[in-house]
Amino acid sequence: MYPPELLYTNDHEWIRVDEEVGTIGITDHAQKELGDIVFVELPKRGDQVTAHEAFGTVESVKAVSEIYSPVTGEVTAINSRINDRPELVNEDPHGEAWLIRVQLKDRRETEGLMTADQYEAYLAGPAGASAAEGAKG
Amino acid sequence: MFNRIKNATPHMTRDEGLIFERSTPGKSGAQLPPLDVPATPSERVLGDFCRQDIEGFPETSELDVMRHFTRLSTWNYSIDAGVYPLGSCTMKYNPRLNETVARFPGLGTDHPYTPEDLTQGCLRVLADTQRALLEITGMDAISLQPAAGAQGELTGLLLIRACLRERGDARRYILIPDSAHGTNPASVTISGYETLNLKSGPRGCVDLAELDRLMNAEVAGLMLTNPNTLGIFEEDIQRICGIVHAKGGLVYMDGANMNALVGVAQPGKFGVDVMHLNLHKTFSTPHGGGGPGSGPVAVKRLLEPYLPTPTVEEGDDGSVRLNYDRPRSVGRVRAFYGNFGMAVRALAYILAYGPKGVRQATEDAVLNANYVKERIRDCYDLPYDAPSFHECVFSDKRQEARGVRTGDIAKRLIDYGFHPYTTSFPLIVHGALMIEPTESAGKPELDALIDALRSIAQEAEEDPDLVKRAPHTTRVSRLDEVGAARRPVLRWKPAPR
Amino acid sequence: MRYLPNSESDRAAMLKAIGRKEVGELFEPIPAGLRLGERLRLPGPLSEPELMEFFERASRESARDYVSLLGAGAYAHYRPVAIDALILRGEFLTSYTPYQAEISQGNLQAMFEFQTLIAQLTGMDVANSSLYDGSTAANEAVLMAMRLTRRERVVIARTVHPEYRQVIATYLQHQGVEIVEVPYAASGQIDLAALQAGLDEQTAAVVVQSPNFFGALESWPAVAEAAHRSGALLVSVVTEPLSLALVKPPVEADIVCGEAQSFGVPLAFGGPYVGFLATREQFVRQMPGRLVGETVDTQGRRGYCLTLATREQHIRREKATSNICTSQSLMALNATIYLCLLGKSGLRALAEQNLAKACYVADELGKVPGASLPFSAPHFNEFVVRAPSDCGEVLAALREEKIIGGLPLERFYPELKDHLLVCITETVPRRTIDRMVEVWRRFGQPASEPAVDEAAVGLNR
Repeated sequence: MYPPELLYTNDHEWIRVDEEVGTIGITDHAQKELGDIVFVELPKRGDQVTAHEAFGTVESVKAVSEIYSPVTGEVTAINSRINDRPELVNEDPHGEAWLIRVQLKDRRETEGLMTADQYEAYLAGPAGASAAEGAKG
Repeated sequence: MFNRIKNATPHMTRDEGLIFERSTPGKSGAQLPPLDVPATPSERVLGDFCRQDIEGFPETSELDVMRHFTRLSTWNYSIDAGVYPLGSCTMKYNPRLNETVARFPGLGTDHPYTPEDLTQGCLRVLADTQRALLEITGMDAISLQPAAGAQGELTGLLLIRACLRERGDARRYILIPDSAHGTNPASVTISGYETLNLKSGPRGCVDLAELDRLMNAEVAGLMLTNPNTLGIFEEDIQRICGIVHAKGGLVYMDGANMNALVGVAQPGKFGVDVMHLNLHKTFSTPHGGGGPGSGPVAVKRLLEPYLPTPTVEEGDDGSVRLNYDRPRSVGRVRAFYGNFGMAVRALAYILAYGPKGVRQATEDAVLNANYVKERIRDCYDLPYDAPSFHECVFSDKRQEARGVRTGDIAKRLIDYGFHPYTTSFPLIVHGALMIEPTESAGKPELDALIDALRSIAQEAEEDPDLVKRAPHTTRVSRLDEVGAARRPVLRWKPAPR
Repeated sequence: MRYLPNSESDRAAMLKAIGRKEVGELFEPIPAGLRLGERLRLPGPLSEPELMEFFERASRESARDYVSLLGAGAYAHYRPVAIDALILRGEFLTSYTPYQAEISQGNLQAMFEFQTLIAQLTGMDVANSSLYDGSTAANEAVLMAMRLTRRERVVIARTVHPEYRQVIATYLQHQGVEIVEVPYAASGQIDLAALQAGLDEQTAAVVVQSPNFFGALESWPAVAEAAHRSGALLVSVVTEPLSLALVKPPVEADIVCGEAQSFGVPLAFGGPYVGFLATREQFVRQMPGRLVGETVDTQGRRGYCLTLATREQHIRREKATSNICTSQSLMALNATIYLCLLGKSGLRALAEQNLAKACYVADELGKVPGASLPFSAPHFNEFVVRAPSDCGEVLAALREEKIIGGLPLERFYPELKDHLLVCITETVPRRTIDRMVEVWRRFGQPASEPAVDEAAVGLNR
């Protein structure tokens, strides 16, 4: 389920590191929790992202989640296909639906992230509890 | 059998297109009297400013318009048609008399800048409404300016801020229980405060120890709905106010649920410093498909200097005037004097009921909610089993096992001829069913509603798919909300030529 | 009580069913000391005839017998009777926000039509399904521009409705925002040089109204160019949207917002009215207020639903684009029906009548010796005129004729002593105009060849 070449965060993002560039997306668990994704808000190329800080949001019809960056660095690419086809995030969250690429400032930041096995164990714990629903009144 | 028919369909009224699609060049539904001054060539006067055309604008006769909107209307559910137990929205009967008097000449037609001495009738309606609402709430002063509940909230928070700032420290946070309406935290942000979440206790009410722990010199106040969104009265309300006051904060009461209290208790006696009312909930002004509302904000004496400008004041000679000379006011939150027309209707409501009647309405609203609650509690999970006031909140926990959620039960209720309750709110209840029958439901109708809810609970066990695909009886079935949000189509456009 | 459906026996049966002896038991969670022992001191109950009489008294104490020449953000236009025939239908009047789309298609489709009509009139891509009123719409537009630009400075023309500016100031008072006001030029339009001088790289929004508070039309291309050069968004405010039937829409603007009361919504002493907000496609996710979108149901049939709700307070809570919960659906429906009744040609003809009447009156008043029209810019149905003497005396004399002669501007603009803002819509008949001009002439000084004026009136007939 969870590709072994990726690293994972507590907030359900993944990162793939090639040389000094990190490719970031949200996990299959995150997309399932949100349901049908209708919109993804991403930073611009050249923006700075900071580890553990939000860089964008992902929206379903009735919920919004912030996306946190696992690393610090400059955004070198964004996946513009997501704008036209947000459903890609549901269809292929770990592949075609990558969100941004970041030029890493400090590779050591990835050291604390989880492996695929660790992430699956994490999901099996209380963190796998379901997200709040939107309200109507 | 309809194959041969081209221009008629079996359900003409179910296939009404957009007004733009009914349009035919050259038609108009209005005829103007002849111009009684010399004509002015627009292009000469306006020059470069002159517009040539409004592309795509409709061209229809009066009858086209009547049929179009009459057909559209038949696709709506309404209070006039039946019980509308939408929790937290207080969908009570909207007396038609109120619509008539709000349209009386002057009341419906006076311009807001009419000289005050020429429009004493309008000003007196405002003053009378204020006096009645102050008596009902037990507060000291009031502004009818806020256009809706959320604007009343914001106004109230601005008042708190102004007062604390004059004391020397506006502070930083507002405490909000996790059961609160979403407007509360949104209003807090706009007032320049930050929200501090107050976790509810096991009974769904404010946890006094938690409140005591969080309340400190950085906290400007507490925003509290009472009865809360679970329909439960905060029995410790005086102690709650005491804790906040002891540490220099003020208490805001969201009056969304005043339909449980009118004539029975006055928030002014609870220790509350400021509150808003929803005239469109408690005082029967029509919801109109989502507005207009009206959210008067009532305060204790200490906040009176900060009320929005202008205030409506009665002079010793019996005349009513607008007072703009209020140097400590938080300012103006809406142009003119708020939704005057809603004040007319609210006043008509209060006068029609009188003191005994408003209490009777409250008693009926609370009795109705308790009756529904007791009669369905064996079918649905009741997460907070405390005494209910005007509404009761169940959860879909038992039906969820069969894959049926609160939204599905709601949709199925439509097939039984009812408007659904409020789904998925408050957030502290997982899969909430929030039911508020109001006083405008008689026992036979409540019995039918109860039967429907009981029947759906049974269907969820026996044929969950039936419930999950509901509604089955409406003009359209469930709509593709995901598609609507992914690629929004927010207006009609002419077909490309 | 005549509105309550339960009988005493119903109540007794229900109490019995829930195991209670009397209804008072249900209120026991309220501490005894807080429960009211006595009845509220309220008047009533009043029967229907008594209530009619009560409000008839209020109606008698109103300006119902006067012809009003007041505009200034609220306009008297004829209101076709078909509007009430439709909006008083219970299905429109007594329904709630269309959260349950399957039984709210009527409201949803009507709101979709409102959005389309506003977009067409304003020349924008999209419009929301209404806001409280023009003043709060202007404020929401400013907040939206601040979110889009992430800047915190607002430049606003002094000719934007004074009460709108007050509302914006109230909302921004705790946001750390600088508000700069730009004066008007001799034409009555915004002073472009002052506007340029007032702009900088921190400016989020330039807010300009047209027709402005003096009735003067603003030249959008020049204003937009200045705003956009500094990277600010242009917020165009419209308080008299009937003008849009005849005047080029502000297509150069980024957000067009305002008040749609003119479209058949009763004056009603200031409300309820209906705000609107329209913008470009790319800004739609930062728009406040409700949006209705077109979609299909499970059978592929066209239908409508609320959409992009994640912008709103009930989901985003403290991070919402606005704290607004309700819109003004019924008033938006009122405006929609009005616009459909008038239609393309009717709305234009009506706007032409407004323009013609206002031009005629402005000309006549301008000819009154000692009176003057201080501003040179073209106007629509409203203009400023300076009285030959104390404007209070002119207004008092007009009141003798049952005419409310205009709004003294000194109240909002101290430098404009004895200046009146006069609005002439199609509802002001010629005979009132003639009486009004007659009164003004009495104040004319010094009298110069009155015979010529008489002739002019005669010729115009």
